[in-house]
Amino acid sequence: MDMPVANPAILARKAALVERLRAVLPEEALISDPAETRAYECDALTAYACPPMLAVLPGSTQEVSDILAICHEMGVPVVPRGSGTSLAGGALPTADCVILGVARMNDVLETDYDNRLIRVQTGRTNLSVTGAVEEKEFFYAPDPSSQLACAIAGNIAMNSGGAHCLKYGVTTNNLLGVTLVMMDGTVVEIGGGYLDSGGLDLLGVICGSEGQLGVVTEATLRILRKPEGARPVLMGFDSNEVAGACVSDIIQAGVLPVAIEFMDRPCIQACEAFAKAGYPMCEALLIVEVEGSEAEIDHQLGLITEIAQPHDPVELREAKDADEAGRIWLGRKSAFGAMGQINDYMCLDGTIPVSALPQVLRRIGEMSKEYGLDVANVFHAGDGNMHPLILFDANKPGDLDLCENFGADILKLCVDVGGCLTGEHGVGIEKRDLMLYQYAEADLEAQMRVKDVFDPSWLLNPAKVFPLSVSEARRGDLADVA
Amino acid sequence: MTPESEEELSAVLAERRDPVLIRGGGTRGIGMEASVLETGRLSGIELYEPGALTLVAGAGTPLAEIEKALADGNQRLAFEPMDHRGLLGSEGEPTIGGIVAANISGPRRIQVGACRDHLLGVRFVDGSGSIIKNGGRVMKNVTGYDLVKLMAGSWGTLGVLSQVSLKVLPESETEATLLLPCPDVATAISRMSAALGSPFEVTGAACAPREGTLTVMLRLEGFEESVAYRAQRLADQLGDVSLVSDRDESRRIWREIRDVSAFHGTTGDVWRISVKPGDAAEVSSRLEAEALSFDWGGGLIWALVGEGSDLRQRIGPISGHATLVRAPTDTRTRFGMFQPEPAPLVAISAGLRERFDPRGILNPGLMKTPAHA
Ligand SMILES: Cc1cc2nc3c(=O)[nH]c(=O)nc-3n(C[C@H](O)[C@@H](O)[C@H](O)COP(=O)(O)OP(=O)(O)OC[C@H]3O[C@@H](n4cnc5c(N)ncnc54)[C@H](O)[C@@H]3O)c2cc1C
Ligand SMILES: Cc1cc2nc3c(=O)[nH]c(=O)nc-3n(C[C@H](O)[C@H](O)[C@H](O)COP(=O)(O)OP(=O)(O)OC[C@H]3O[C@@H](n4cnc5c(N)ncnc54)[C@H](O)[C@@H]3O)c2cc1C
Repeated sequence: MDMPVANPAILARKAALVERLRAVLPEEALISDPAETRAYECDALTAYACPPMLAVLPGSTQEVSDILAICHEMGVPVVPRGSGTSLAGGALPTADCVILGVARMNDVLETDYDNRLIRVQTGRTNLSVTGAVEEKEFFYAPDPSSQLACAIAGNIAMNSGGAHCLKYGVTTNNLLGVTLVMMDGTVVEIGGGYLDSGGLDLLGVICGSEGQLGVVTEATLRILRKPEGARPVLMGFDSNEVAGACVSDIIQAGVLPVAIEFMDRPCIQACEAFAKAGYPMCEALLIVEVEGSEAEIDHQLGLITEIAQPHDPVELREAKDADEAGRIWLGRKSAFGAMGQINDYMCLDGTIPVSALPQVLRRIGEMSKEYGLDVANVFHAGDGNMHPLILFDANKPGDLDLCENFGADILKLCVDVGGCLTGEHGVGIEKRDLMLYQYAEADLEAQMRVKDVFDPSWLLNPAKVFPLSVSEARRGDLADVA
Repeated sequence: MTPESEEELSAVLAERRDPVLIRGGGTRGIGMEASVLETGRLSGIELYEPGALTLVAGAGTPLAEIEKALADGNQRLAFEPMDHRGLLGSEGEPTIGGIVAANISGPRRIQVGACRDHLLGVRFVDGSGSIIKNGGRVMKNVTGYDLVKLMAGSWGTLGVLSQVSLKVLPESETEATLLLPCPDVATAISRMSAALGSPFEVTGAACAPREGTLTVMLRLEGFEESVAYRAQRLADQLGDVSLVSDRDESRRIWREIRDVSAFHGTTGDVWRISVKPGDAAEVSSRLEAEALSFDWGGGLIWALVGEGSDLRQRIGPISGHATLVRAPTDTRTRFGMFQPEPAPLVAISAGLRERFDPRGILNPGLMKTPAHA
C-alpha cells in the first residue's frame, strides 16, 4: 500500500506551526513529542502505521476552526480522527500531517424527546448516545459492533451501519444535521431539527465522505422509542444455498425482521469453541430477530418458522425469554473475538445482492483452497453485507500480501455479481486502489469535484478514497501551497 | 429533445450551448422558459428482485408502471411519493426520475425515511455530457462519496438522471387510522409527538380540519392482530379517539393527506414548510393562512395563503425551509421557489453546480438563492 512521501517543505514548518497552534490551544491539547504522537500512528487497520507530525485535541468548534485556518494558511494536511476504530485505514496519518482528534468533544448538547432528537459533540461514542436517552426508553439506532469505542464523528464520516440497520437504516438515514468546519476555518450549519434539505442535500454527501470535506464537530441525530421487546430465533441449515434461499423468502413474505445474521461452518466452529453458546454444528446458521409486544413477536416468529420449514432446518430454536435470547446472540457477538483468538484476520465488508449469496459463498470457498488461507463468513444477510474474515499469520513472511490479494479477489467478485467494495467500513486506504474496479474514471472525477468545492487545496485526509494515480494532479498542489 | 438512450442524452448535452428544461412527467412544475428535454423515452423497468427488495428503472419510467409492478409483487415504494397533479392542476404522468430529482416523499417519511433514503443508485449525464454512475443496487454501499443523495432533490440542476435503483418494501397486510379531535394546533402537535414517541410504530401523523374540527390522524400498519393491538394501546394512552379500521377507508385518508387534497381547486398560493415539529404551532400562527394542513407529526406544514404574500417574511428567521409550491410565475420569480440559503451554503451549492454544469444549461435559474436575499 503506497502513501505519498512526506513533504520536506511541510515538515520544515513544524516549529512555526507549533508556535501558531499554541496561541489558540490550551497546553494539553497540542501533542508534538514523537513519543506521544505515536499513539495516533494507526487505526484498527494495524498493518499500516505512521506517526503524524503533530496531534491536536481541540475542545470546541472554535478551536477546530482556528486549527484548520492555521493549517490551511500554512499548507499543512489534516487527518480528522474520532476513536481510531476504522478498519479501512481511514484515520491513518501521513508523516507530514496534523491529526485532529475530536475525542475531547463528547458533550450532549441537547436532548429533545418531543422532537425525537439529540444533539451531541461528535467525539461522543456511539453507545453513550443511546446511554444518554435510555432513561426515557429511547435509543440511537445505528449500532456498529464497535459501538462501545467508535465515535459519532467516525460513524458520520464512514456512514457506519450495524446489525439492526435492516430495519432502522445506517447513519445517513438517522442523521438530521451537522456543524461542519471547512478546511479554511469557515463554520457551517447544515440541517437541524427539521427534515430534508431546502436546497441541495449537502448533509447526504458529507455523510460518508471519510473526513475529506470538513471536520464534523456537532451532530443532530434522530432518536427512537425502544420497541416493547425483541427476540431472536436461531435456525441451522444443511447448506449455504438453502440458508440463502430462506433469507430471501423471509424478506419477500412481508415480515421485516430487525436483523438477519448469517454464519457459516468455520465461523460457527470458532464461535462455539470460544463462547460455548451451544450452537448446532451445521453448514449455515441464521439468527433472525423481530420486535414488538410478546404477542407480536410470537406471531412474527411463527411466520418465520413456517417459512423456514420447507427448507428443512436441522435446528430451529426460538428464544422464549431474555436468557435464551442472550445465549443465541452470544456466539455471534463474540465472532470477531473468537477469530482473533485463533489467528490474525482481515475483515472485508463487500456487499452483494441477496440473490447472489450462495454463488458468492461457493466461490469464496474455492478461492480459499486456491490461496491456502481459511475464511470464516459472518454477516448481515438481510442486506447482503458480507463480512468474510480471512485468517492469516502476520509473523509469516508473505502471508499478509497473500491475504490482501485474496481479499481483493473477494471484493472484485462482489462487484462482478452487482455489488460493491464496501457496505459499511469505508474505502480509506484499504480499498482505495480497487476503486477503478467498481467505478470508471468519470465516476471518480465526479466525486473528486465535490472535494474540489469543499476543500480546493486538497488538504483534508488527502491520500484516501481515490487511487493515488487518479488524485495525483489535485494533490500535487499540496507542495506548492504557502 | 427526447433522447432514447443514455448515449443519445450524453450526445445532446455535450453539444448543447443553450438552456434546457428537464421534463419528466411535467407534473411538478418549475415554471421556466426554455427548450424542453423530455426523459420519457428513457423508460422501462430493468430489474425487479422482490427477494432482494430492489428495483432498477429508466428515469423516464412512469410511476404508475412501477407501482403496478410492485403491487403485483405485494411490495411498494415505502416513501409514498405525493401526486402533485391535483394541487397544481397539472397534467401528465409522473416519472420516477422526477420523483427522485425532487425528492418527493409522503406521510410515511417520518418512519421509513424520504425518497433519498430509498435511493440505492443513480446513473446520470452531467451538463457537459459526461455519463456518471454512483451507488449501485445493493442495500448498503459506502464505496466513495454518496452522490446518490446529492442527486436526489437536486431538481435536475446537476445532471439528467437516466437510471435509478430503489429499495422497495413489503406492502402491509392492513392499516388503520386513529382520529383524535384537538382544540388547537399546539395540543395536536403534542399528541402527535406522544404517539410518535411511543413504541407502537406510527407510520403517519397528520392534523387537519375534518368536518369542521381540528383532528389528529395517526396511522398504524402491519399484520392484522398487530395493528389491532397497537391501536388499542394508543387509544388507551391518548383517550377520546375513534378508529377507522377499514383498510380502504384508511388508505383514502392518507392519500388525501399525501396529496393535500383539501387545497385542490382552491385559489391562492400554496407553501410547503419544513420545521422542527415543536416549532410548528408558533410558525403556523404567523402565517395568516387561509387554510393549514400538518403532516410529519407537525414537521411539515402546508399553507394556503392569499396570492402574492411573502410567507418567508411573515415567518422570519427559521430553522427549516419554506418552498413556494403553487403560485403564478411572477410571484415565483419575485420570491423564489426555494428557501434562500446562508452565504457559505450558497457558495458550496454554486460551486457544485458550476462543476457539474459548467455551461449553466440545466434548469438554469432553478434552486438559486436570489442575490438580494
Ligand atoms: C400555466 C402553468 C402553470 C404552472 N403552474 C405551476 C405552479 O403553480 N407550480 C409549479 O410548481 N409548476 C407550475 N407549472 C409547471 C408545469 O407543471 C410543468 O410543465 C413543468 O414545466 C415541468 O414539470 P417537470 O417535468 O419538471 O415535472 P417532473 O417530471 O415531476 O419533475 C420534477 C423536477 O425534476 C426534474 N426532472 C424530471 N426528470 C428528471 C430527470 N430524469 N433527471 C433530472 N431531473 C429531472 C424536473 O426538471 C423538475 O425540476 C405550471 C406550468 C404552467 C404551464
Ligand atoms: C471490532 C470492530 C468492529 C466493527 N464493527 C463495525 C460495524 O459493525 N459496522 C460498521 O459500520 N463499522 C464497524 N467497524 C468500523 C469502525 O468502527 C467504524 O468505521 C467507525 O465508524 C469508526 O469510528 P471512529 O470514531 O473510530 O473513527 P476513526 O477510525 O477515528 O476515523 C474514521 C474516519 O472518519 C474520519 N473522521 C473522524 N472524525 C472525523 C470528524 N470529526 N470529521 C470528519 N471526519 C472524521 C477519519 O478521518 C477517518 O476517515 C468496526 C471496527 C472494529 C474495530
